[in-house]
Amino acid sequence: MTETGNKTDKDKSIGVVETQYYTYAGPGKEHNLESGEKLGPITLAYETYGKLNKEKTNAILALHALSGDAHAAGVHSGQDNNGWWDDMIGPGKAFDTDRYFVICSNVIGGCKGSTGPSSINPATGKPYALDFPFITIADMVHAQRHLIDLLGIDKLLCVTGGSMGGMQVLQWVASYQERVRSAIPIATALKHSPQQIAFNEVVRQSIMADPAWREGNYYEYGQPEKGLAVARMIGHITFMSDQSMEEKFSRRLKTGRFSFGFDADFEVEGYLHYRGANFVKRFDANSYLYITKAIDYFDLSGGRLIPGGKAIDTRFLIISFKSDWLYPSYQSQEIVRLLKRKRVDATYCELSTTYGHDAFLIEVEEQTTLIKHFLDKTFNGYLVVSDHGI
Amino acid sequence: MASEDIRLDHRIIYSIIGPESRVLDLGCGEGDLLYPLVRDKQVRAQGIELDDKAIQECVKKGLSVFHDDIEHSLREYPDNCFDYVILNQSMQEVKNVDFVIHEALRIGSRVIVGFPNFAFIRSRFMLFFRGKSPITKSLPYLWFDTPNVRFLSIDDFRDFCAEKNIRIIEAHYLGERKIVHFWPNLSALNAIFVLTKGNA
Repeated sequence: MTETGNKTDKDKSIGVVETQYYTYAGPGKEHNLESGEKLGPITLAYETYGKLNKEKTNAILALHALSGDAHAAGVHSGQDNNGWWDDMIGPGKAFDTDRYFVICSNVIGGCKGSTGPSSINPATGKPYALDFPFITIADMVHAQRHLIDLLGIDKLLCVTGGSMGGMQVLQWVASYQERVRSAIPIATALKHSPQQIAFNEVVRQSIMADPAWREGNYYEYGQPEKGLAVARMIGHITFMSDQSMEEKFSRRLKTGRFSFGFDADFEVEGYLHYRGANFVKRFDANSYLYITKAIDYFDLSGGRLIPGGKAIDTRFLIISFKSDWLYPSYQSQEIVRLLKRKRVDATYCELSTTYGHDAFLIEVEEQTTLIKHFLDKTFNGYLVVSDHGI
Repeated sequence: MASEDIRLDHRIIYSIIGPESRVLDLGCGEGDLLYPLVRDKQVRAQGIELDDKAIQECVKKGLSVFHDDIEHSLREYPDNCFDYVILNQSMQEVKNVDFVIHEALRIGSRVIVGFPNFAFIRSRFMLFFRGKSPITKSLPYLWFDTPNVRFLSIDDFRDFCAEKNIRIIEAHYLGERKIVHFWPNLSALNAIFVLTKGNA
């Protein structure tokens, strides 16, 4: 980054990484879910970058969004699949792997190595499909806690993530505040709004309306590709902004003329088709249903983030994006207001990017400045927060 | 603190604030006032700032800042949760001054207000002899390009405090490079007042 005078920093990658797996909650030790149901055994897919220091005080947990996975940085052997936050995690980057030990795991309910609806149900020997119990953001976080225990980390230097990842950050604070030194929730909300729930419901209905969904039992036949592709197309519209779509596509035509048919005439249509078609190859439709439902159930308002009277010493850096209309800044400001009332040490910045909700993945430079210095001060204990807050 | 290269108003406010105080700086800019307080006096500081570039500079200095405008930033704070609330060179940019000062007095035991004096002698000359809106060291803007929305003199502010039952604990009058002692309403470019709630 130019800031450090080292132009190659941004291009530096952590290199080849490998996904690891941890299985727990075996017979008799099943995980009690928020719904009251049980789940076990549970496998978590995870990756780690950098080195855990002797005191185990430099660990950062990165939490992924709806369609993310454990592969946050670097590449897998023989592939060129950069992790979803590769611009932010690596040597000299915002989450500097020369200094910090970064962990990322796939959420339960997911389909990228952690236990989810496409996993084999030990009771039947077949994929769970709709026999998979409903999971919540809190269930995802409780599962991650088992992984953090396994790694022997008592207190995380930081939990961070955007969108649904930001919800997990807030849930970590609500559930295990004493194990979180700092929190960086990005482009997220304290609770899902009716508009956000509405988008998710349209997404779910488009999957379930596809006959190929077969009430969730499609694993022998192949994905409900049409429904899932439409679901993802809706998602992509909400991840961008009016302005970023204008900049990216304007009204440009794919072939330079109208077809006077229902093929994709405009570049924006082509883009959405491409995104939809790609997505069905990499993401399980039932996982999309379960995870969107978990997001809709999320609500830490009304004193659930920080129970009344409790003084907390977790530092916060909250980031939102001006052009994000899916998770508008007012939702981040709600978190800020709550932290003010509780007199928690916090910084909030709304970045004026045009990328919309996607900015947490794309807007690297400004996020890097904020996060790098915030972590530096947290790690070096520059400002020790006392019981009096602030 | 190396005194020469630091602004006079910052030096005065720095000397007012005691170690380990809880401080809220409304319109903290790039944190040039808060930073030495945090570094030398272990002040527990929070800034409020509207400009996102300035916020980045604050974060580089290790300061905690909220991206907000002054008028909206105060409501959520509990009563008396700060020892000092600072409104330095930002009060004149606020529309709802009465509300902001009262909120500041609610959440802070003391409020430090610093503002440019509109009745400075040079301003009077410019208006009286040249018939033009004053431009001075403390009011450097052209009429069509100023962030200021309130224009007040030191005496105006004293009247305001008297009327609103606000007690002035300290007053400092600033010339270009040093404190001025005589005829402040005529000779001071800037003023710094330390306020607290008056007796009921």
